[in-house]
Amino acid sequence: MRPLLALLTLAVVSASAQAADFVVDQKGNQFAPRKLSVKVGDTVEFRNTDTTPHNVFSLSAPKTFDLGAFTKGQSKKVTFDKPGVVEVECAIHPEMKMSVEVKD
Amino acid sequence: MTCRRNAPRFLAATLATSLAALAPAFASDAIVDAQGDTVVVAPGHASLQKWLLPETAPSPADNVTTPERVALGKKLFFDPRLSGTGRSSCATCHLPERGWSDGYPKSIRFMGEVMTRASPTLVNTGYNTIQQWDGRSPTLEHQAANGMSATGSMNGGSEKPVTGVANIGRIKGYVDAFERAYPGEPLNVATLAKAISAFERSIVSRNSPFDRWVRGDATALTAEQVRGFRVFIDPAGGNCSVCHAPPNFTDNGFHNLGLMSFGEDNPDVGRFKQRPVALLKGAFKTPTLRDVALSAPYFHDGSARNLREVVDHYVTGGQVRSNLSPNMRPLALGPEDRAALVAFMEALTTPTEVFVYPVLPP
Repeated sequence: MRPLLALLTLAVVSASAQAADFVVDQKGNQFAPRKLSVKVGDTVEFRNTDTTPHNVFSLSAPKTFDLGAFTKGQSKKVTFDKPGVVEVECAIHPEMKMSVEVKD
Repeated sequence: MTCRRNAPRFLAATLATSLAALAPAFASDAIVDAQGDTVVVAPGHASLQKWLLPETAPSPADNVTTPERVALGKKLFFDPRLSGTGRSSCATCHLPERGWSDGYPKSIRFMGEVMTRASPTLVNTGYNTIQQWDGRSPTLEHQAANGMSATGSMNGGSEKPVTGVANIGRIKGYVDAFERAYPGEPLNVATLAKAISAFERSIVSRNSPFDRWVRGDATALTAEQVRGFRVFIDPAGGNCSVCHAPPNFTDNGFHNLGLMSFGEDNPDVGRFKQRPVALLKGAFKTPTLRDVALSAPYFHDGSARNLREVVDHYVTGGQVRSNLSPNMRPLALGPEDRAALVAFMEALTTPTEVFVYPVLPP
């Protein structure tokens, strides 16, 4: 049991060690901030503090992703691994837009 | 002495009775709504004011609404000479006496062919931040220009808008009206679309019994309609306002409602064609509910014949659940709550005078 516990602990520590470099909030059907500048390899945590679900996605070439719908209190992370401008939207609420500039 | 000795007890009892009478009232009148705001369900209460619309719909800097532009757009809206065939106009599918829709489950295009979707209402569309069932138009101007080109809408095709523009450009009454409305601008698809958009922004509903009740007229709604409003905004009740959000009863968002038509072969995927994101397959824009009682049938596929059927659908939580909006779930609403919801939606109609059709220039 002890090695398993240690392994689990290590896994948890590793997960928290991959803490996001940046946090983008979703509140009042808006992203905050609406513009972000990061470096290649940085991780951004998208957090939902609205009472309604949001579905963050991007179809931009440097980083295409679809985080699916998630509700208040939940968050999901994206690591940006190529340089360029990534336009991010909420699929449900298209008024929610932001951009991430990923620099080398 | 007896009275004096009992006075504190009497006062305490009176106070307790008063508080007991007040406490349930406060408890039952306050709801944390779908937006997370604490709302007090009482006529004129400050927490309800978020449901009121501005007097006029916002207009873009290059097409600020003026009476001349609205008047010109009104004529164009009803004029079939704008179409490629000369036989259809915007009003073919958006009739003022049918809630600015057309009364059909799916619109009937020129020559009787059935289109794929219901005609969306134009009521309060100027307040929306995205246009059409699938949101393919970011602005009314874009939609109007598209409509002139779309084979289905105006039976035009790639060359036909030119025909429509040429038709209008030969009519002196229009040339003069354009000069008054858009001095110095050419008469082309873009300015035609601007004028039509200006008219569409004038199609406003913001003085319904509900609006009057929100402003403080306690007599504007019946007790059943107030109950319906409570159910409407209560996340544990109807949860309707999670999508039909204030002030225009829409989140300007896209949702798959689990309609039966999504289970058919090759279903209409709606917003997914514009944004290929999994959740958007079968998702369509949330329509406003102001004047909703005037624009039956309902849903993008026209599958609900009346508001009662709409409510019944939501109570089921959706029939085809393969890609449901996260806002959809079965609702525990009894017959009285369902009836109250319908009664509330019927209180969203602004009384209007008889619509006067425009005289078209010869």
